[in-house]
Amino acid sequence: MKETVATQNYTAVEDITGLYQSNTELFLEGSPDFMNDVRGKALDDFVRQGIPSTKDENYKYTDLRPVFEGDFNVFPSYVDQEIDFLSLFKCDVPKLDTFVILTVNGWYYQRNRNLDLPEGVIIGSLAQAAREHPELVAQYYGKQVKTGKDPLAALNTLLAKDGLFIYVPDNIVIEKPLQVINLLRAKNDSFSTQRNLFIVGKNSQLKVVFCDHTLSKKKFVSNKLTEIYVQENAVFDFYNIQNQHNESANLNSTFICQKASSNIQINTASLHGGVVRNNLEVLLNGEYAEANVYGISLTDNKQHVDNYTHVDHAKPNCTSNQLFKNVLDEESTGAFAGRIHVWRDAQKTVAFQRNNNVLMSANAKIDTKPQLVIDANDVKCSHGATVGRIDTEALFYLRARGISEKEAKLLLMFAFVHEVIAQIRVKPLQERLDELVDKRFRGEISKCHKCMFDCNPKSLK
Amino acid sequence: MAETQNHILNEVTQGEYKYGFVTDIETETIAKGLNEDVVRKISELKGEPEFMLEFRLNAYRKWLQMEMPEWAHLKIPPIDYQDIIYYAAPKKKAQLDSLDEVDPELLNTFNKLGIPLEEQKLLSGVAVDAVMDSVSVKTTFKETLAEKGIIFCSFSDAVKEHPDLVKKYLGMSVPYDDNYFAALNSAVFSDGSFIYIPKGVRCPMELSTYFRINAAKTGQFERTLIIADDESYVSYLEGCTAPMRDENQLHAAVVEIIALEHAEVKYSTVQNWYPGDKAGRGGIYNFVTKRGLCKGESSKISWTQVETGSAITWKYPSCVLMGENSVGEFYSVAVTNNYQQADTGTKMIHIGKNTRSRIVSKGISAGFSDNSYRGLVKVIPRAENSRNFSQCDSLLLGDKCGAHTFPYIEVGNKSSIVEHEATTSKIGEDQIFYCNQRGISTEDAVAMIISGYVREVINQLPMEFAVEAQKLLQISLEGSVG
Repeated sequence: MKETVATQNYTAVEDITGLYQSNTELFLEGSPDFMNDVRGKALDDFVRQGIPSTKDENYKYTDLRPVFEGDFNVFPSYVDQEIDFLSLFKCDVPKLDTFVILTVNGWYYQRNRNLDLPEGVIIGSLAQAAREHPELVAQYYGKQVKTGKDPLAALNTLLAKDGLFIYVPDNIVIEKPLQVINLLRAKNDSFSTQRNLFIVGKNSQLKVVFCDHTLSKKKFVSNKLTEIYVQENAVFDFYNIQNQHNESANLNSTFICQKASSNIQINTASLHGGVVRNNLEVLLNGEYAEANVYGISLTDNKQHVDNYTHVDHAKPNCTSNQLFKNVLDEESTGAFAGRIHVWRDAQKTVAFQRNNNVLMSANAKIDTKPQLVIDANDVKCSHGATVGRIDTEALFYLRARGISEKEAKLLLMFAFVHEVIAQIRVKPLQERLDELVDKRFRGEISKCHKCMFDCNPKSLK
Repeated sequence: MAETQNHILNEVTQGEYKYGFVTDIETETIAKGLNEDVVRKISELKGEPEFMLEFRLNAYRKWLQMEMPEWAHLKIPPIDYQDIIYYAAPKKKAQLDSLDEVDPELLNTFNKLGIPLEEQKLLSGVAVDAVMDSVSVKTTFKETLAEKGIIFCSFSDAVKEHPDLVKKYLGMSVPYDDNYFAALNSAVFSDGSFIYIPKGVRCPMELSTYFRINAAKTGQFERTLIIADDESYVSYLEGCTAPMRDENQLHAAVVEIIALEHAEVKYSTVQNWYPGDKAGRGGIYNFVTKRGLCKGESSKISWTQVETGSAITWKYPSCVLMGENSVGEFYSVAVTNNYQQADTGTKMIHIGKNTRSRIVSKGISAGFSDNSYRGLVKVIPRAENSRNFSQCDSLLLGDKCGAHTFPYIEVGNKSSIVEHEATTSKIGEDQIFYCNQRGISTEDAVAMIISGYVREVINQLPMEFAVEAQKLLQISLEGSVG
């Protein structure tokens, strides 16, 4: 069996479609019908939309065409790596006991250990779950993904083979967070596709932490899509720590559908990575549901981070909060596009959105477009966006107390982003992220305590 | 209580359009449709010099290559550009020298509209240029203004009498190929107002143009050009109405403002084109390009608009802040009712250092209408120390209407500060309760809250206009508060 297929410099859409068409059996192999049946439409949708560029209103500030330039390896099947990551690799969070799961180049790592889980809970490979529980997976797979409207989602659906599958039945609370370490490691420039599907049953609770890392100095493009279903009264936390090297492109699409009285928190921290695009769509599809969506990005060099969120209030009495903060240094660029859409008759909606940005250098740039689309009248909706610099009075205050300018600036920047980190509902993780952010600002290497690997993005540059 | 509130809101938002009458006056029109000959014909009818014809033809050729943009949050039925009469003018008897010679029907029309064309109404102290079906019919106070060197005349007169000024400034702020509707306007515009304020002159009175669409099946394409030379000041007002008709009529105007060093221009609009009936039939499509160029150092341009009319409003009065320390302001109240749609806002382009801009936008939607704010604040890297503040509020007065906010903020340097905030809500029951408790009827409370809500913008209007605008707001919203 061929393990990888190499593309021929697919600067154009034809190269991707050509790759798919000439290796169709490889992409269909091992996947059930419900995954394969949607590939045809996904292909059409992708061809029609092409690679997102600034002409596309949703990608107005992020041109992905340069990202797709070059030759890449793609992984239509699982490639075993010669190293045992589990024994060596540990993105540990001090004082926090977690379940640890690895994915490699978009695939569920087959040497993952069995987890000691409550009965009925499934955490494992999507490909495997699709084979073993086809009805369960088919019921949810792709149901939220509008391939016709989003080229990245179409591309993911076209090439999706594996990823992480989580199923938590009703009435189960998993206290211990699940830490998922997404690794990219290859000998050549690579394009990986990861497809995740999470289902959190009624009255259940789940916390997932994603850590994205690159382990080799190759150019990586990862196109990750995560579909999440949060049922009635369920509570779901999703923390993303993005720490890939600056030659990589981290493309994420997350779709969340919430039922009545459910509660979610998403918190994304973009620390390193060349081009980062986070698409997030939340559908509040039951009354009294609450969504809290937060994000920070700290950029320097020529990094580009673009957060795109879309919160749909489809039912009355729901609440949503969005808070995104960016600190941009050197020649980095950032973008934020957030939309709150209150559907007709979704009365008593409370929706807030805030985006604050600090530009640290003369060459940094930020583009932001917070949007409100309101079709119901009994609502409280507001948004705010600011772009500014470090408050000179605050700086003076600290300087007057004998704190050096550099340290004072660091303190102020740290305080600026801490507002977002403080929202994290797992205390040790909050502390760990504070530490990562502090080190990130100082440009220091942040190595996890027990880890044998050097996944530091800076050293991989 | 909710029911009384609804009732009152209905009362408030279902007022009738007062200016829907048609004037029976002979009109000179050309045949329907648009082609190069029509463009030439318009230019010929107006006896224009060569450079104007060239400007029109360039625009027309460019327009042919363009497509109508579709990005706005609007549902626009297709427009058949060949089904529009591009030139309509009240038939002229001869050159008009005094008011006696103006057609009495015409005078009647403007009297009905409450526009003081007659010079005895000196008290009002406003110089008026009346434009009917895109042709200027009479400009008052011309002589008084001329003493100060101020030029306030119809665009056609300006082309004849001040070709140098027109040639120099036409298209400077809005180039002929700027956008689809600006190109269309540049090709076929028939008339408009022209204002030139010389160096160091502070215009002693408000200048005003009153636009009226009268003829059926016509489009109105007027063009206004305001030039404020160094250290001058002018305040300009614009008002508009149209008869009630079941068909839609297109109004695609262009307004250009150029402010030179230390000059200040204040531009106020009360837009009351026919909005269509309660079922959404008829009404004006108001697709206007308005842009001010703060060309000189420390210049200032301020836009104030009260938008209550038109079936569809699609416009973004903008400021290009080129000069150092220049200032741009935008104050807007946009009211939509029944099936009206509006996608309006502003652009503030910061190019010069230390430039400042302020945006205050208040949207009110009622009935089945859709009201969007769309704005751009752009700070280019060399526009150091720029400052912007934007406040966009929306008030929803019914459960079938929509209020949307689409701001774009692009900042390219670290010394600038840009702030944007927006809220959307309805009139709170607690607010009404508070008023009721103090003996204020629900009806008065609603009126009071709305008037308080728009006050920040109305305060920017010149006095006479402010009163007018207040009344207009009440009429537009009659029968819709709840």
